[in-house]
Amino acid sequence: MMTLGLKFERLPSPVWVRAAIPFVAIAITFALVSVLVILAGANPFAVAYELLIDPLTKNSARGDILVMATPLLLTGAAVALAFAGGYYNIGAEGQLLAGAAAAAWVGQFVGDLSPWLAIPVMITGGFIAGALWALIPALLKVRLQVDEVVTTLLMNSIMGYIISALLNGPWRDPVSGWPQSPTIALSAQFPQIIPRTRVHFGFIVAAVVVIALWWILTRTRFGLELRAIGKNRDGAQFLGIRVERTMLAVALISGGIAGLAGVSEVAGIHYYLIGSLSPGYGYTGIIVATLGALAAPGVVMAALFLALVSRGALTASRELDIPIYLADVIQAVLLLVMLAVLLLTRYRIRRA
Amino acid sequence: MEFLLTLLGATLRIATPILYGALGEMIVERAGILNLGIEGTMLLSAFGGFVAAQLSGSIYLGLLIAVAIGVLLSLLMGFLSITLGLNQHVSGLGITLFASGLALFLFRIIYGGESIPPALEESFPQLRIFGGTSLEPVFSQYVFTYAAFLLVPLLAWLLYRTSFGLRLRSVGENPEAADTAGISVFRTRYVALLMGGALMGLGGAFLSLAQLGAFTHGIINGRGWVAIAIVIFGNWRPWRVLAGALLFGGLQALQLRLQAEGVQLPYEIFLMLPYVMTIVAIAITGRNASYPAALLKPYRREG
Repeated sequence: MMTLGLKFERLPSPVWVRAAIPFVAIAITFALVSVLVILAGANPFAVAYELLIDPLTKNSARGDILVMATPLLLTGAAVALAFAGGYYNIGAEGQLLAGAAAAAWVGQFVGDLSPWLAIPVMITGGFIAGALWALIPALLKVRLQVDEVVTTLLMNSIMGYIISALLNGPWRDPVSGWPQSPTIALSAQFPQIIPRTRVHFGFIVAAVVVIALWWILTRTRFGLELRAIGKNRDGAQFLGIRVERTMLAVALISGGIAGLAGVSEVAGIHYYLIGSLSPGYGYTGIIVATLGALAAPGVVMAALFLALVSRGALTASRELDIPIYLADVIQAVLLLVMLAVLLLTRYRIRRA
Repeated sequence: MEFLLTLLGATLRIATPILYGALGEMIVERAGILNLGIEGTMLLSAFGGFVAAQLSGSIYLGLLIAVAIGVLLSLLMGFLSITLGLNQHVSGLGITLFASGLALFLFRIIYGGESIPPALEESFPQLRIFGGTSLEPVFSQYVFTYAAFLLVPLLAWLLYRTSFGLRLRSVGENPEAADTAGISVFRTRYVALLMGGALMGLGGAFLSLAQLGAFTHGIINGRGWVAIAIVIFGNWRPWRVLAGALLFGGLQALQLRLQAEGVQLPYEIFLMLPYVMTIVAIAITGRNASYPAALLKPYRREG
């Protein structure tokens, strides 16, 4: 009789297998997606070239990759920290928007300050807003043991409507009538950091956060404790780790980092808040963190790779008439394939 | 009076896709699986059903395809979360992102950049039951709506009065015990997922094949997430889920009506209310909430 169950036996996999996993996953993903490319009437190899190689050959495109990687590094770091601590924060999207709203608000009032003061104030405001938006699900989790997956998810929708209400109400542009907030003060706008590219100060913020994530996870007692909680919550409690306090801190810091992604998009790209500020960076952050194995180096590689594909998709849509949504499909397929490949290489499968 | 009856009619119509999604999600969660793929599943079903109906000229083929897509995506969800035992929320979100991206990608390939979204020449008609009477505005509904309301007692019966329902609930509450009692946890969870996926597909089909008769990028617009909220709000029980869907439909209908009357109000407050109420409800019931005990836990036999 056929059963649907499979039995997994844990096997240690050699180093070269583990090193090859990302490449295998990318190859499988591109093979699967080439079906769609052929449907679109294009040559899969030409599209793969546009997505993976072409952006690296031009200076401006290389800059765009860093610009596009900036929000992904931040949401990826936010999600990686939370997931590593066993706190499944699906709410980075809402926390990002909270940070963006705070930046758009603070940014209107700091015109008299020098950038050296205005930018830190705005960044702090965005971090606090993201953390505050993460607070309700976090409190429900540690005080009432309410699972955070659904509550953080629902908070995203609520924040989406709050942003919409702000933009259609008090922040509607009085001149044009467009639903966009007033432009933030010049002193609050992130400076460009690489000449002749659009790379802005937000990339430095993201780099600092990722380094901090690495340091926290690998070099601090707090990081050790949160990873212990992520691995085995009851065991951590037994060892005397204050699980609730650590988890609350993890949730709030994660929310704060996601908030920084919103600050960076407002202050580095748009200079005002719009409803379409984030095409789902909070959710992409979950892909980045998962692909990056919940660790800082992995988050960097995953964010840069997804940014490369997104930038490549821009050219591919122009040159080869491939819908830009190809990038979204690739990201999602890569996530699922990577998860499956990771599992299959770690285990030997038998029929149960 | 006429105002109220019209409002009630709109309520039923708006509640319909939410009800399909929420009933589908409820069945799946009762078996111990949180399917965050619902939002993308409804979108790809709405899209696939629309394309099939448009190309073949048959809305019934469209309906079939929409349901088939719901089932297929649920099969994928099952492979990832049941067979491989991967993280349910990451698998589900992955499916939503994949299905959404795929729908928009294919839409662009098939219809190009047309500024006017293509519409069906023939979509499902409304059935007027009390035509000519004052009840007409309430009972001028698509067949999907009547069917959705029949589904509620049917699912209540299935869950609480059949041995299948007992098995389904037991694998969601205590899979170890169910397994020991000889129930196949894997198979039962798969069946629940596929049933749920079919219902999500119907919810998507209702929008593209009946209510709109067209496909747009924002056709689902968070209805999958609302459905997830309503399952919790409805305490994983069919009748309470129905109440939740009606409450949501009522708020929406009222909001649309007030806007049409020219009342200035931030309509977003009405739209966010179901989410807020759900979180408040969770906060109040807290640890007493009747979550299926095994929700989010992949099942593995020991040893």
